Formats: sequence, C-alpha cells, structure tokens
Amino acid sequence: MHSFVYRANALLTFAVTILALMCAMASLSDNFNSPSPTAEVQVLNINWFQKKPDGDDEVSLTLNISANLQTLFTWNTKQVFVFLAAEYETPKNALNQVSLWDGIIPTKEHAQFWIHTTNKYRFIDQGSNLRGKGFNLTLHWHVMPKTGKMFADKLAMTGFRLPETYR
Amino acid sequence: MGWIGEQIDSIKSLQFRQVLTQAISLGMIVTSALIIWKGLMCVTGSESPVVVVLSGSMEPGFKRGDILFLHMSKDPIRAGEIVVFNLDEREIPIVHRVIKVHERQDTEEVDILTKGDNNLGDDRLLYAQGQLWLQRRHIMGRAVGFLPYVGWVTIIMTEKPIIKYILIGALGLLVITSKE
Repeated sequence: MHSFVYRANALLTFAVTILALMCAMASLSDNFNSPSPTAEVQVLNINWFQKKPDGDDEVSLTLNISANLQTLFTWNTKQVFVFLAAEYETPKNALNQVSLWDGIIPTKEHAQFWIHTTNKYRFIDQGSNLRGKGFNLTLHWHVMPKTGKMFADKLAMTGFRLPETYR
Repeated sequence: MGWIGEQIDSIKSLQFRQVLTQAISLGMIVTSALIIWKGLMCVTGSESPVVVVLSGSMEPGFKRGDILFLHMSKDPIRAGEIVVFNLDEREIPIVHRVIKVHERQDTEEVDILTKGDNNLGDDRLLYAQGQLWLQRRHIMGRAVGFLPYVGWVTIIMTEKPIIKYILIGALGLLVITSKE
C-alpha cells in the first residue's frame, strides 16, 4: 500500500476533490451578491417600416440604450452577455421575442455604457401584424461565471408603439 | 530485463480466483459509472446531461474544451437562453444562444432561431435546406452551469484515438499485474 502508484492515485483523487469543492464554493458565493442594475432605452427614429415580398412586416429602428450593470459583477464573473429584445403579442403568437441588439461586457469597468445604434438583427414579424403594434423593449442579461451556475434576469421597459402606417 | 522477468513471473503465478475477483471489481467500477450517468440523465431530463464545447462559436464565454451542464424542463424556451440542439441530419449537438422566439397562442409549438455569440450571422446556414426555425423537439437541453478546461480529456481522446487505446491498455496492464 506504500508504492508510488498508490500514493500518486490518492494524491490525485484528493486534489481533484478539493478542486471540485472550490469550484462549487465559488459558484455558491455568487448567491450572496444582490445586484441592482438600471437601464433606459429610447427609440430615436423609425428608419423604415415595410411589408416584405413574402408577406412579413419588417421595421428598422435607431435606438439609444444606456445601462449600469456594474452590480452584477462578482469575483467569479467572467463576462455578462446583454441583449435587447422587442417583445409583443400577435393573434397567431402568444409571445414574440426578437433580439435587436446584443453585446458582451467583459469587465466591471465596461458595465456602465451608453450606445446609439440601429438594430443589429432584423426585426421581422411572422406575418403582417406590426402596424400600430405596442411592444416592450426588454433588456436581458446573462451572467457567465468563471465556474459554476449561470444566471439571468431582465428589465422590461414598456410603452413603445410602432406607427399605424408603413413608411 | 529483470523487471520484465519479474512481471512474467507474477502473471504466471496468478490464481484463478484472484483474476476473477479483479475482473468483478473492474466490472463494478464500470457499472457504477454507468449508473451515475443514467441517474444524471433522469435528474436533468436531458439525453446528454453533460456536453463538451467543441467549437469557438461561443467565445469568449465558452471556449473549446469547456464542459456544460444541461437541464431540460417543461418551461417555455425564451430568448437569451443557451440551448443545445441536434439537427435532424447531424449527430454532433450544437451549443448556441436563442435570439428569436415565436410562440403560438394555444399550443406549445414554438419557432426558435439561434446564433453563436462569436458568429457574425444567425444559424440558418447550419439548419437543414429550407429550414428557417428550430422546434422544441430539436432542443436537448438548456445550459445551466459550466466548468472550464475539463472537457479537453474528451476532445483529445476523440481526435487522437491512439491515446484512448494506450490509456485502456495501460489500465488493463495495471489491473493484471497488481496483486491487491
């Protein structure tokens, strides 16, 4: 029981167990963090709003997104993935979520930002339901840890409405 | 040369019962690993509760060689979730993020579009010819946790199978020549 192989085996098993325990504790420490993020979105302009040849509506927007997500970062945070989704209901679909813009925040310093952009991904409906449609712009964030459990949350901003006619 | 002589002597002097005991111990280890794996499949509700990230399409969040823990529940699939899906013709599961969701009014049917964080365009290029959306049946699970670097063992064993054979051969030799 004292050969090199047995000692190496015991040492390796112990080391791996301790490593797994440390990863679990790092992940648990994230639960003690109570974040308080803030965000604000404005639709600066509806650039164009048309019905495509295949019958689906499409709209292009210019957005102003500002947010402070610094309280989401802990020592176990690798990055925060943030995206803005337009959410609305249509007669055919109970929920439509269309991501308009996303970004990756690598460090706490970058977590307070202000961005002026057109929608990165096309805002296309399944059908032609967008005229006069009221929608929410919800900022979602996904915290990706260095190890362990990932968690996500969102902030919904309501009260946006598309024009009644195409332009 | 003396060491080889010793090993050959030790193999010759093995008794039948000893060999049988060791074979059964090995069998026990393999079956308990299988029980743990199948148990994990039950608990997480997913066909493969742990996957290895194979490509760089989700960097810098997930790098090649990380492992992801999956969980599949009846909860509806929402935008932003990282899902693992199997396309009809491909065997290798893909891990990407959901960017568009269109969920029907009364049924549980849903149209999903995914995209890798590090890719320029969405996954329509990966889907089958003419397929624009994923359905719930394609989704194998949601990623809920991750561990970095641990998956490199699997990648090395898949891409250089010679290492797998060397490892199994060495383990077999160790089992036969050890007396305890």
